[in-house]
Amino acid sequence: MNRLFLNKVVLLLSTVSALIGIGFLFWILITLTYKGVASIHLSTFTNDLVEGGIRNLIVGQFTMALIATAVAVPLGVLAGIYLREYGGNSKFASATRTLSDVMTSAPSIVIGVFVFALMVDPVGTFNGWAGIVALAIMMLPIIIGTTDNMLALVPQELREAGIALGGSKHKIILQIVLKAAKVGVTTGILLSFARIIGETAPLLFTSANNQFFTMDLNGQFPSLTVSIYNLATYPDAESRELAWAASFILTMIVLLINLAGRYLTRNKH
Amino acid sequence: MAKNELKKVMEVKNLFFTYPGAPEPTLKDNNLSIYENKITALIGPSGCGKSTLLRAMNRIHDLYPGFKYEGEINLFSRQSEKMENILELRKENELIGLRQRIGMIFQKPTPFPMSIYDNVAYGLRLQGIKNKGELDGMVEEALKGAAIWKEAKDRLKESAMGMSGGQQQRLCIARSVALKPEILLFDEPTSALDPISTGAIEELISELKKEITIAIVTHNMQQASRLSDYTTFMYLGDIVEFGETEKIFLNPEEKLTEDYITGRFG
Amino acid sequence: MRGRLFRDFSLFSATLAFFLLVGIFAVLFTYAQESLHTFGFDFLYTEIWEPGEDDEGGIFGGYIPILGTLMSTLIAMILATPIAMGIAIFLTEIAHAKIVKPFSIAIELLAAIPSIIYGMWGLFYFAPIVQSLFGGNGVGLLTAGIVLAIMVIPFMAAITRDSMNTTPDVLKESAYAIGATKFEVIKDVVMPYSKGGIIGSIILSLGRALGETMAVAFLIGSVMTLPGKITDPTTSIPVLLANNFAEAQDLEMSSMYYLALILFLVSFIVIALAKFYFLGRKKY
Repeated sequence: MNRLFLNKVVLLLSTVSALIGIGFLFWILITLTYKGVASIHLSTFTNDLVEGGIRNLIVGQFTMALIATAVAVPLGVLAGIYLREYGGNSKFASATRTLSDVMTSAPSIVIGVFVFALMVDPVGTFNGWAGIVALAIMMLPIIIGTTDNMLALVPQELREAGIALGGSKHKIILQIVLKAAKVGVTTGILLSFARIIGETAPLLFTSANNQFFTMDLNGQFPSLTVSIYNLATYPDAESRELAWAASFILTMIVLLINLAGRYLTRNKH
Repeated sequence: MAKNELKKVMEVKNLFFTYPGAPEPTLKDNNLSIYENKITALIGPSGCGKSTLLRAMNRIHDLYPGFKYEGEINLFSRQSEKMENILELRKENELIGLRQRIGMIFQKPTPFPMSIYDNVAYGLRLQGIKNKGELDGMVEEALKGAAIWKEAKDRLKESAMGMSGGQQQRLCIARSVALKPEILLFDEPTSALDPISTGAIEELISELKKEITIAIVTHNMQQASRLSDYTTFMYLGDIVEFGETEKIFLNPEEKLTEDYITGRFG
Repeated sequence: MRGRLFRDFSLFSATLAFFLLVGIFAVLFTYAQESLHTFGFDFLYTEIWEPGEDDEGGIFGGYIPILGTLMSTLIAMILATPIAMGIAIFLTEIAHAKIVKPFSIAIELLAAIPSIIYGMWGLFYFAPIVQSLFGGNGVGLLTAGIVLAIMVIPFMAAITRDSMNTTPDVLKESAYAIGATKFEVIKDVVMPYSKGGIIGSIILSLGRALGETMAVAFLIGSVMTLPGKITDPTTSIPVLLANNFAEAQDLEMSSMYYLALILFLVSFIVIALAKFYFLGRKKY
């Protein structure tokens, strides 16, 4: 009887933990929605930060994240291809795989420090390029890992069939193998984009922030996340409201991209 | 042994079983008796429902909610000396009690990630036996009963994962035997083993029937004919024919049985 | 010819990835030189963080942010581990098949919410609760630790669930078949079987908590003082960097790089241990 009681207790505790976990999700989402929606006006989207809106911040955040993606995706996919298709189990390939894998979990603030040393300190001013590089560095190892893993799932027979038809190696990789792994790689790109679009720490002292609308990547660049950090700690109610509005929009963007990524691979799991 | 001396220990009556979400039952109106200290083989082509039927006998299906049982599976109770329907058991402790009375051996050996000794002692400890001397005795007895004592006695503290497949399977049998079950269910116990290990397991099963009633699902018709006293031929969820093994193999009543036995399909 | 070029480009990209981590170490190490030379290993247990007159010299020690990082992480791990285990057990062993999928998605979405959101939500909704329950002024080690735990739970639960899911059904069935209860199957079969993965997920989550910046920045109080009790405000390495790095000069700047180097090194060890020793090169 004792065993059965213990069993019930543990199962109950597990269920309670699960409810706690899901409870937090709803608590966070509900407060965000409640606070966010109440603080959103049309002017939130049409004004720049200096006039109490987030137009320039959204544009700035997306500009940096998209350019970072444009840099990181080709490099990451190529590196992933090298590791899986050319490197095999060579020492260099396995070392790169290891280091890149560790980098996926590296503290993002340290990446900010690194980029500051290379791209802000020498020129003496925060700049959008530095923010882009920091985000690209965050993204690169994730893309490499995904590509590497997805290519590994492509059956070897497919490569052999390509070679048997007389294709050259790089054509087979680009036209057959990569195509077969397309869904997985795309999902990886989407999920890593969702991750960098919500990053704050690597931007704090690389691109910093800008109250005005600008497309000049050589100077301080507007950021939604950095603005949330600043606004939330200002004492006035208006700043806080704007911070809630910005947080709500940011979270929706991140969650939607995530769900889109999941939708792409819905049949794979 | 004359027929009238046979004692039924289990009786499946009008059993239907439906898997979660399945449109129709996998087992349809199954009827079957299992006799004490006999080996009953369940044969039939893949997907015929033989494993499903076996897994109903200890209600292991209950782990995956959403299934449906209809009909009866009656088990002879030594206490009340009556047949009792195991499909009526609801409480967890009743199911646990049932599984201690009806053991099960799976297709692949399933040693737990612990030492050889602890594997065998595990079920005993669950029953509340803590005394070291008592456990030692029972573990030794079970290992001897499963014909693995010689190979295991000097490495009781070693991980069971290090044994060969055939040894692991005998260890799993020892683990079940330790609980002194009334019935042991074997679900294709040798299909993952080499011929020599298979021979050892078959010999062990024949030996075990002196103490324990056995039901075995097998793909291998030679195994069924070598080993069993009774055979049940199943097809598409129906029990096509049930009877003494000799009769089923030499003189089946149904054309379908004959076709399967003679290898015309399978 | 084109094939050659393609291969070379791929090799170049891989080389870049290889030198990224090495390059970060090299840069941090180089910029930390001044502080490394001045303070050596004393830096690790010096409590003072004081710039000198006219920004010349000064004494800088990393004890307070290092302690703050370790303490907030420790609190987070103590709170997160049992709940994450509970969630993983719920998902693998208890929940009905129909619930598992939506529930898993919910947990994964929770893990995807940017950390700044956790920080801000924690500041406005959680800090007041901690204040009314435990006193203090709402921000401090405890609040940071709790919100960090909330952040880490879905991550840890997801990896633990994946590890537990590798336990073969038939192994669990054979434990049920000798009369084990669900809890006994979990304790004696599932947990031992997926032990490596579970420990790996805990350590990996620890690595994540150590390096977390934004969730903690809102909540730890960001002051350079030793906490006397658990509700006191203090700071952590990422938070100190986030707030003061860009304005620092000379030796103070170099000391910040020193802190970044320590954080990077510790994270590297923790992550590598989790991924390669326990999780066996699986991707997360």
